[in-house]
Amino acid sequence: MSYIAILLTFIFINNFILVQFLGLCPFIGVSKNSENAIGMGASVTFVTTVASVVTWAIYYFLLVPFNLQYLQTLTFILVIASLVQLLEMVIQKISPALYKALGIYLPLITTNCAVLGIAIINISSSYNVMEAFVAGLAVGLGFTLAMILMSNIRERLDLQPVRGSFRGMPIAFISAGLMALAFMAFDKSLITNLHLV
Amino acid sequence: MNILFAILVVAVLGGLFGFGLSYAEKKLAIKKDPKVLALEPIMPGANCGVCGYAGCNAYAAAVALGEAEIGLCSPGGPSLVAKMAQIMGAKIDASGETRRKVAHVMCRGNTEFTLKDYNYEGLEDCNAAAILFTGDNNCKSSCLHLGSCIKVCPVGAISKDKDGYIIVDEKACISCEKCVQICPTNAMHMIYEDSEYVIECNSHEPGGKVRKQCSVGCIGCKICETKFPESGCKVDRFLSTFDQMLPHSQIPEAAEACPTKCIIKR
Repeated sequence: MSYIAILLTFIFINNFILVQFLGLCPFIGVSKNSENAIGMGASVTFVTTVASVVTWAIYYFLLVPFNLQYLQTLTFILVIASLVQLLEMVIQKISPALYKALGIYLPLITTNCAVLGIAIINISSSYNVMEAFVAGLAVGLGFTLAMILMSNIRERLDLQPVRGSFRGMPIAFISAGLMALAFMAFDKSLITNLHLV
Repeated sequence: MNILFAILVVAVLGGLFGFGLSYAEKKLAIKKDPKVLALEPIMPGANCGVCGYAGCNAYAAAVALGEAEIGLCSPGGPSLVAKMAQIMGAKIDASGETRRKVAHVMCRGNTEFTLKDYNYEGLEDCNAAAILFTGDNNCKSSCLHLGSCIKVCPVGAISKDKDGYIIVDEKACISCEKCVQICPTNAMHMIYEDSEYVIECNSHEPGGKVRKQCSVGCIGCKICETKFPESGCKVDRFLSTFDQMLPHSQIPEAAEACPTKCIIKR
């Protein structure tokens, strides 16, 4: 697959949040305003991209030579957890405001299945290192896209006369469901029709 | 042999990441304000939130930044104010309010004294019971004895005695007023710890109605106020209150004369 095809796949066709339903916790938790949503999206993009490359390297240079492929989940989580710790320190240093706004969701990227998901998809799709890098980036971008869309919807919903029983979380879940429905329009045929395969 | 490799690989990876992180932590260490570092350990640590901040550390940070006043922490009391003022280099007038307040249930009603509206068999929670006609007691200002205050107390100072009354351990109470806020019938009040007497009723209903509802409620007869002008009692809207600050030499006689005996010596 070409790089553009990988980008299109993970941003639109297999958007991790709206199609694959991975990493939903920050999607609902941090999408109350768009500034934090972008910050969260950027953090996740950073983690997925770096984790993709590092886990790819560990898999092919460490696990395959020693015939230890069965350790992939364990080592991948180790890598992701360390990366998130590092990211947490960096954000706390650079932007305490963003650190405070992201709150508990930042350490929770550790257990965000989107990150582990792309690491494992990279291996099972037998991407090379460049493709893995692009796939990691694309997943992060798709995540950020969904976050930005959702946060904008929720910011506008705050100004709308929503019935009391739907105010807040319920209407957010309904909007998320409708948005996921809209993303079903992107199909694998998009790639074949664009002659990207 | 294979398992050795597995152990080795995971151990080396883990060690590598661990050392990398500890190095990064040193490199990226954030200098905390020395004032915050000095303030944090002296806070009471109950995280009760009465100061209006998310917890003790949040309040300490706000004080260090000059965003918050020093005297907002009621669990800490005057001694904490003095310590914080020393750290912040501020001069605090020590003659300010030093009388400690503690929570107290202003109701002596129970199944024997108080008329019931219905038999409540729901969740053991005052606020759940209060959804239905403000509780099962006919007196709507009475203690419901279901212990919402016990659950919310951050220091466990509130308990039930063997007769089912809610009692507050005044030594342990940190004056955070959480129990006052959660009580659906407003039966929990803050009283001055040094008050010798307390009038244990919360009902502002007229005397005749109180008599029907409860045999130990204040009926607003004004005997304490008019017959014993030096008793320190004041009747407002059919409910007498005792104030230690007023002249109160006659309060023992007033307690004796009270027809429903609701003036209680603490």
